[in-house]
Amino acid sequence: MKIGIVCPYTWDVPGGVQQHIRDLAEALLAAGHQVSVLTPADDDTPLPHYVVGAGRAVPVPYNGSVARLAFGFLSASRVRRWIRDGGFDVLHVHEPAAPSLGILACWAADGPIVGTFHASYERSRVVSVTAPILQSALEKITGRIAVSEAARKTLVEHLGGDAVLIPNGVATERYAMADPLPGWPGRGDGAEPRPGGGTLGFLGRMDEPRKGLQVLLKAFEILGRRRPELRLLVAGPGDADDVLSKVSPELRDRVALLGMVSDEDKVRAYHSVDVFVAPNLGGESFGIVLAEAMAAGAPILASDIDAFRKVLQDGRAGVLFPVGDHRALAEAADELLDDPARRKQLSAEARAAVRAYDWSTVARDVVRVYETVAVDGARVVEAGVTA
Amino acid sequence: MIPSWLPDLLLWLAVLVLAGLYVSWRATRLDRLHVRVETARAALDAALVRRAAVALELAASRLLDPATSLVLATAAHEARTADADGREFAESDLSRALRAVVGQPDFRATLESRGEGTALLDELEAACRKVTFARRFYNDAVAATRNARRKLLVRVIPLAGRAPVPDFFEIDDDPPEF
Repeated sequence: MKIGIVCPYTWDVPGGVQQHIRDLAEALLAAGHQVSVLTPADDDTPLPHYVVGAGRAVPVPYNGSVARLAFGFLSASRVRRWIRDGGFDVLHVHEPAAPSLGILACWAADGPIVGTFHASYERSRVVSVTAPILQSALEKITGRIAVSEAARKTLVEHLGGDAVLIPNGVATERYAMADPLPGWPGRGDGAEPRPGGGTLGFLGRMDEPRKGLQVLLKAFEILGRRRPELRLLVAGPGDADDVLSKVSPELRDRVALLGMVSDEDKVRAYHSVDVFVAPNLGGESFGIVLAEAMAAGAPILASDIDAFRKVLQDGRAGVLFPVGDHRALAEAADELLDDPARRKQLSAEARAAVRAYDWSTVARDVVRVYETVAVDGARVVEAGVTA
Repeated sequence: MIPSWLPDLLLWLAVLVLAGLYVSWRATRLDRLHVRVETARAALDAALVRRAAVALELAASRLLDPATSLVLATAAHEARTADADGREFAESDLSRALRAVVGQPDFRATLESRGEGTALLDELEAACRKVTFARRFYNDAVAATRNARRKLLVRVIPLAGRAPVPDFFEIDDDPPEF
């Protein structure tokens, strides 16, 4: 199919929506579709071959923060030209309620239009002055996608309308290979932890109780004494002193807190640990961190919450322990660290199981949405001037 | 010499033209919503027909035992031949039959060991997923249209013409666990 994708935010500024569009576009290209992405970008920004710049985005105050958005006559005419010349089978607009290229594209096009809603917020941002403008653009969207249950709820409550749920994918190959961080042995042939050693890993907010770091720290109190060379690698934002104060003084030098890490170091961190622990107490709808660790082939030890049980295929692709039970965690980690064969098997199972969450699988679902809305072979055309 | 009533007349003309433009804009929007409902309905019908066809194909494929084949073929046939009143019930029954059939222990593994089973299962999975998508999109379009037709302007000036108020399509379309 010939697909036109509209990105509302500046291409080279890091953000979840931009990353989503990049991963989706590349998965669609890999599946043999023709893709053109229209995005705000500075004129001198180097862009991938499938991306078309629609001019500079301007920082403006919008909804209480400063957002870089593209609007105005120049942007509108570039959007029109892109739609006229594109001859797309489907137009896919991201975050169409943002006052940027997305809403301009909805105005400028007729035909099969898919909209993906990313944001979720508690209070409505639609005020009565803007409602008719927004409504008449959103009305043209024939198929809506929400990336999370929260985003769908936001759409239903604040904008009106309903959407199908297609969660974000994981770019599994980005996590597949990496060198361990300096100073960490990592996994691999001949890098077996010594008896009484090994590395446990955790990634997530350190000060968010539901992520369960405190459970892991309690387990480390037990296991750190039993295994004199055991180390704990923790990555994620939060107050380091606060975390270290919960660890006994004699164990502290074996706990490494990396704080916020870059995407690249995050991948390397997954490859630095012998067992990746996800001690969450609940609330995870999907567990993107867990999926990333699985894609990196880390043997997983996770709490037995519904979402994790599903992703880990009832324990086949990772060991499950009772939620919040630090003793069970310590026992399971102890066994795993002494069983290289089991870890190797878990690693292979995890890599296989995470394929269901890969972008290629997600993109296949998105293509099914395209096929559903473009059922009668109608194409995307430039809207009449009166429309 | 400009007559004194001319500015007033021009003002009223301008107001009339603007009001006319506004009404025509609203009419265009409403018309577009009706087109959207029709397109979505066509997509939904196509998705339902496709699902029943794949179910029939699976039933006739000799990959299944005769009892399973019979359950599936009957449900698919009922869904295909139901009249307007019984359609929603028949399609829900097909969803339930599919869940019962695919939910058998080791269903996927057994079929995949039998040659063309994998391709058929993938087709069935895609067909079920598209029914869910198409129905969500259709009902979304219906809700938007019904909402627009409740507006005061649309009721005072019959902008919708003789187009019937569209109805929601309510079925159980939970897909089987593949």
